[in-house]
Amino acid sequence: MPSSLSLRAAVVSVLMFVAFVLVWHAGTRGGGAVQQMDPEYAKLMGATATQGKSAMPGPLDVSEKIWEHLNRPFYDNGPNDKGVGIQLAYSIARVLTGYLLAVAVAIPIGFLIGMSPLMSRALDPFIQVLKPISPLAWMPLALYTIKDSHLSSIFVIFICSLWPMLINTAFGVASVRREWLNVARTLEVGTLRRAFTIILPAAAPTILTGMRISIGIAWLVIVAAEMLVGGTGIGYFVWNEWNNLSINNVITAILVIGVVGMVLDLVLAKFTRLVTFPE
Amino acid sequence: MSHKFISIEGIARRFPAGGGGTTTVFEDLWLSMQRGEFTCMIGHSGCGKTTVLNILAGLDAPSAGTVIVDNEAIEGPSLDRAVIFQTHALLPWRTVMGNVAYAVASKWRKWSAARVRERAQKFIDLVGLSGAEGKRPAELSGGMKQRVGIARALSIEPKIMLMDEPFSALDALTRGTLQDEVRRICQETGQTVFMITHDVDEAIYLADRIVLMTNGPGAVIAEIVENPLPKQRARTDIHRHPLYYAVRNHIIDFLVARSKNFAREMRGRHDPRSVPVVRPGAIEPVPLDTNIRRLAGHAGH
Repeated sequence: MPSSLSLRAAVVSVLMFVAFVLVWHAGTRGGGAVQQMDPEYAKLMGATATQGKSAMPGPLDVSEKIWEHLNRPFYDNGPNDKGVGIQLAYSIARVLTGYLLAVAVAIPIGFLIGMSPLMSRALDPFIQVLKPISPLAWMPLALYTIKDSHLSSIFVIFICSLWPMLINTAFGVASVRREWLNVARTLEVGTLRRAFTIILPAAAPTILTGMRISIGIAWLVIVAAEMLVGGTGIGYFVWNEWNNLSINNVITAILVIGVVGMVLDLVLAKFTRLVTFPE
Repeated sequence: MSHKFISIEGIARRFPAGGGGTTTVFEDLWLSMQRGEFTCMIGHSGCGKTTVLNILAGLDAPSAGTVIVDNEAIEGPSLDRAVIFQTHALLPWRTVMGNVAYAVASKWRKWSAARVRERAQKFIDLVGLSGAEGKRPAELSGGMKQRVGIARALSIEPKIMLMDEPFSALDALTRGTLQDEVRRICQETGQTVFMITHDVDEAIYLADRIVLMTNGPGAVIAEIVENPLPKQRARTDIHRHPLYYAVRNHIIDFLVARSKNFAREMRGRHDPRSVPVVRPGAIEPVPLDTNIRRLAGHAGH
């Protein structure tokens, strides 16, 4: 009974969430040691010292903060005070630009590798060496050559999204069922038409799986890249709020990053289902 | 000798084997077929039947020899030779209509979409799949899938249809119905067919000539059995025909015993270029001079 199973799973999820929030609340309720101090001095000290309040925000503080952000996602009070919506928009725009560039490069090259054993062997050493490089290791080189932090972060996204798509496309193209290719051969289908009408649809699920892995990695990397280059973006927002010692905002940003990553993954999963046909 | 529509001339197929040697699937294989003829090839697994079919299709190249179809040596696959694959090989992302239309559009590249659909529809109707045009292969039963495969092959008006055990994956009932359909369609259209099968009854029902192949490696065509049953035969009462068991027993005897020991039995007397043609159940031709002597003997009394 799948409906009852998902219902029970939902109940367990809610219970776990409630338990987590309660533990969190209890842990940050405060009640730490309060020092006796001069009232004048107490004014200079934070609530942690004067009232024994925990430095870690509790669930109520965070939900209040999230509510505040949801109400005003797009305000812009200058370089260091922008709404979380604006920061997210910057990050998503960077991710999508770098990612789509990577799609445009990885899929044709993946096709080439998958269709030509010669190119497969010739390009293999380059791919093997370039693939394990942390995308952030490219950052100094990108900054030096491109001389623009915004474009450099796009480049880093490009380079990190490239490999999973390239490898999956090559694999998908190379492992198209022999009999489908034979159908095309007996029908005297030309190379280009074969690529679009047989190989592409046959390899599409594998290619989309690569694209799904890539978007996940790109979203992981953008936070780190923006922490490095600064200026705008959700990664910069996290770092900036850390510098402001606003743990509340940091936690909010972490949650937002998680939700956006999940949405990106769901979109790609949906596309994958659209091109997957059972036999 | 009648005109050879398809002529397999001395083909061989060898594969590199482990340790630098070669495995010879078959060597110096000769076979010809006439236009409109239904030929079945029977033999045990591994005798190279599928290799022969793939070479005819152009999907595989012979290591030696040539195949001539309609006076032209074949070079690679062609729209003239349609293949019905054992595993039906339908494109799962296309509907029934899409699969058949893909073949039609490949043959007549300049046709409008409407014209392509119209022709595809005609062949979908021919194989009895009207109403299932919009379904994808995953929604079809095994028999229906193979019908789509047949419609796809027929729709391009091939000179020859090559079938690689097309019904082996189907249950007995579906297989029977499809055999009827294939026989009906081939008789109506005068289609030349080369089919590989494991099923003796299927071969007797469908084929005009049955090619018997010995066990591989190094397989040879041992005999060609001419089907003595009348052209107008029905699957339901074919087994009551007086010659039915003569043919059947002949083929089964071959498969059970002779296919293994053929080479030893012949001891080099086998000529691959003129394979004996047998017609089981027919009165054995007796050399003329014995008859005369016998007659003379009678007269002497």
